[in-house]
Amino acid sequence: MMRIFFQKYGFLLVIWLPVGWLSLFFMLPLIEMINVSFSEARRAVPPYNPAFQIGEKGISFQPVFDNYLLIYDYWGDYLWPAVNSIRLAFFSTVWCLFFAYPMAWWIARSKKPLQHILLVLVLMPFWTSSLLRMYALIGLLNPNGVINDFLLWAGIIVTPIQMMQTDFSIYSGMLLTYLPLMILPLYASLVRLDNALLEAAADLGAKNWEIFRTIILPLSLPGVIAGCLLVFIPAVGEFVIPALLGGPEQLMLGKVIWTEFFRNRDWPVAAAIAIILIAIIILPVVYARYQDKEGLS
Amino acid sequence: MRRNVPFLVKLLAIIGFGILYVPVIMMMIYSFNKSKLVSVWAGFSTKWYKELWTDDILITALYKSVLIGISSATISTIFGLLIAIAFVRFASFRGRLFLSLVASAPLVMPEAVTGLSMLLLFIAMEASFGWPSGRGIDTIMIAHATFGMCFAAVVIQTRLRDMDKSLEEAARDLGGRQPFVFLSITFPLILPSIIAAWLLSFTLSFDDLVIASFVSGPGSSTLPIVIFSKIRLGVSPEINAVATLMILSISAFVILGSLLVLRRDGKK
Amino acid sequence: MPPFIRIQNISKKYGVLQAVDAVSFDLEKGELFSLLGPSGCGKTTLLRILAGFEVPTSGLVEIDGQNMANVDPADRPVNIMFQNYALFPHMSVFNNIAYGLQRASLAKNEINHRVEDLLKLVHLTGMGERKPATLSGGQRQRVALARALARRPKLLLLDEPLAALDKKLRSDTQFELVNIQEKLGTTFIVVTHDQEEAMTLSTRIGVMNEGQLVQLATPNEIYENPKTRFIADFVGDISFVPAKINRQDGDYWLMDAAVPIYAACEHNLEAGKSITLAIRPEKITLTPEASGKINEFPVRIDDWAFYGAGTQYRVTGPGGIKLKLFQSHNQPSNAQLRPDQIETGFIHFAPESIIILEDK
Repeated sequence: MMRIFFQKYGFLLVIWLPVGWLSLFFMLPLIEMINVSFSEARRAVPPYNPAFQIGEKGISFQPVFDNYLLIYDYWGDYLWPAVNSIRLAFFSTVWCLFFAYPMAWWIARSKKPLQHILLVLVLMPFWTSSLLRMYALIGLLNPNGVINDFLLWAGIIVTPIQMMQTDFSIYSGMLLTYLPLMILPLYASLVRLDNALLEAAADLGAKNWEIFRTIILPLSLPGVIAGCLLVFIPAVGEFVIPALLGGPEQLMLGKVIWTEFFRNRDWPVAAAIAIILIAIIILPVVYARYQDKEGLS
Repeated sequence: MRRNVPFLVKLLAIIGFGILYVPVIMMMIYSFNKSKLVSVWAGFSTKWYKELWTDDILITALYKSVLIGISSATISTIFGLLIAIAFVRFASFRGRLFLSLVASAPLVMPEAVTGLSMLLLFIAMEASFGWPSGRGIDTIMIAHATFGMCFAAVVIQTRLRDMDKSLEEAARDLGGRQPFVFLSITFPLILPSIIAAWLLSFTLSFDDLVIASFVSGPGSSTLPIVIFSKIRLGVSPEINAVATLMILSISAFVILGSLLVLRRDGKK
Repeated sequence: MPPFIRIQNISKKYGVLQAVDAVSFDLEKGELFSLLGPSGCGKTTLLRILAGFEVPTSGLVEIDGQNMANVDPADRPVNIMFQNYALFPHMSVFNNIAYGLQRASLAKNEINHRVEDLLKLVHLTGMGERKPATLSGGQRQRVALARALARRPKLLLLDEPLAALDKKLRSDTQFELVNIQEKLGTTFIVVTHDQEEAMTLSTRIGVMNEGQLVQLATPNEIYENPKTRFIADFVGDISFVPAKINRQDGDYWLMDAAVPIYAACEHNLEAGKSITLAIRPEKITLTPEASGKINEFPVRIDDWAFYGAGTQYRVTGPGGIKLKLFQSHNQPSNAQLRPDQIETGFIHFAPESIIILEDK
């Protein structure tokens, strides 16, 4: 009985259970968010008047564009954080690449026991909470944190350096959070690099720098692209890092959504900003998928 | 001889590892500081660890986080397995494109967006059907299971794709039928990836602050939410102690797991 | 005048492992030399020492009178064709071949000209824009050859140049390789574990075992007069018979094996000494009836296999002597042999065809 049931309906079950769940709890929320972003804000519970309604008077759809217009009018408050998100995410990606490439190279070229140890060292932060690591970073960067204390004690500085709430603290946080994501694809592409290719280049007269420029770098380019996308996409929407380490100058969209929602209780505007955030990441995401397809063929 | 890594590369790599580890190690050291003042070392003490056990809010939050983590990771793994099977074993079916879209989009969706959209849906649903009444552990669980299953699917999919399909075909040739073939042949072979998927989903849930903040209600604060609100008040030795315990316990798991994986790979 | 290439007392140690053990030999300009040996015999290590990728523990390499110690691989007048070709996958055929010329900062015209010439040499004219992945195995092999020749090295090293090709292609490529070598007059050192490849390609062969150069001679000499049991066994098919030297008997020496065997030997042997007799399968003749020749005895045919050009037999003689023999279908007397119909027969072989191995 069970067996016949499985053979007949197992196929449908395997597909439609996850499709159902993800439609209900991923697609539908996005649609509802779009709905809210076109809704009118009001002082009530919930604090908006839905654009799309099914009520006693039947189905009605009355979108309002106020929220997007508001974002446009107060562009200094909303669009600037958008640009800022892109800027901070971009330079964070560059910094990650700067440190991750040597790290991945070293790991890929090292011998067995050391290689395993280094890989575990890269993976460990990946599994531990980013929130806690950001907290640890605060302890280091604070005006009365470990670094300032040490420098004061050593007599190198007289007054504490302002490191928190600067671009520096944001980049430190991003490095701490996203370095492993950059290292892993780079490592994967570098470790596959055949040593014979490097020897062939050397044999044909290439010096170290030329070997890097003509062989290593071009062949690890897929890893570089994958790593950059893996860092840039989540970094744009980051909340914890700007919230804990950034000041007003380091405002990012993830934090603006939070503030609009929890502080200002302006749900429609929060939803509209979320839509803008999706619009920002959609380009790199589509590119990543396109790259993926290319890689498979 | 070309295996030699240039000195500059090694130096940058060591700085990179420093960035990853120095803050955490300093924090661990200061968690044993006697003084309430974070940066002044006043001698070794374990008193902050002892105080943790009397902090009811933390203990309750930990209990909730573990509960949510276990339940959402279990749902994630089951659904992730289904998604992986659908993609790897069924060449084409109606809705394949849709499933691939909704199963991969949560991977790249900013947490704030996911959290906000889910909250808005829960509120709309409550208004329409009266469920879920208020937000709490169940809504966090649903939210975590939703993005967890996408990560779980990726992990299991990779393994399932690498698996030699002729093993399953051999079992069927010898008279095995589904789902017996799956349970007796495929499942044991992909079990390591299923365990990895569960652990990944669990950590994602256990560490999540942003989504949980949106979909939690009063009285359902998870551990990250409690820690986050404490951090906003400033650095304190007590959080140092919590963070140290959490990072050490997870690191122990990671090291153990990596050793097992590396040993198995080494034998091959 | 010093030899063109001089390898003197080269040793390489990895910890306690002696990978290359005091190898010395000289090569003349334009030679096609093969280093033959089983995997792990040290031939690849020796090749990498010549290319400059490994530094020898001791010893001297001289090319055209120039000491190669402390010369970077990039600056050596030596190029190498790698075992799996190591073609740069992201570059076109043209750029692969031009790579070494670009490093030498040649003028663009000159590079184009030389690459076109090389493409012509290896019969790949018009394929310059293709990527290595789109080429067949044979074409890739030729690109690798052209790339290694581009810098006009004094010495070209070839690491298992034909191993990645299938059998049919291999024999054609062998002749092509020899043609190119003769045309250019470049000195080639080929490393191979395939004795057939070494035999057909080279003017001289160095056989290596456990890090040592055990014999250096022409292919013919190595086949007919292997110095040790290892070489005899490694190069071609052979059967071994343990024996003891009895006495000189006329032109020949009488050996006590399971049956008395007469063997020819030009130098004096020590009576009573234990030795090994070796004989190649094609030197033994199988007949259905006894013919009364020297070294003839009856055998039982254990099994046989048809090889097209001939038939190979495995037989057991008196006292349990096991021998392999190969009967060419070319000889009229063998035409009437029907292996499927006979179970016993007689074999005989000339005393001159016996190889006497004095090592254990």
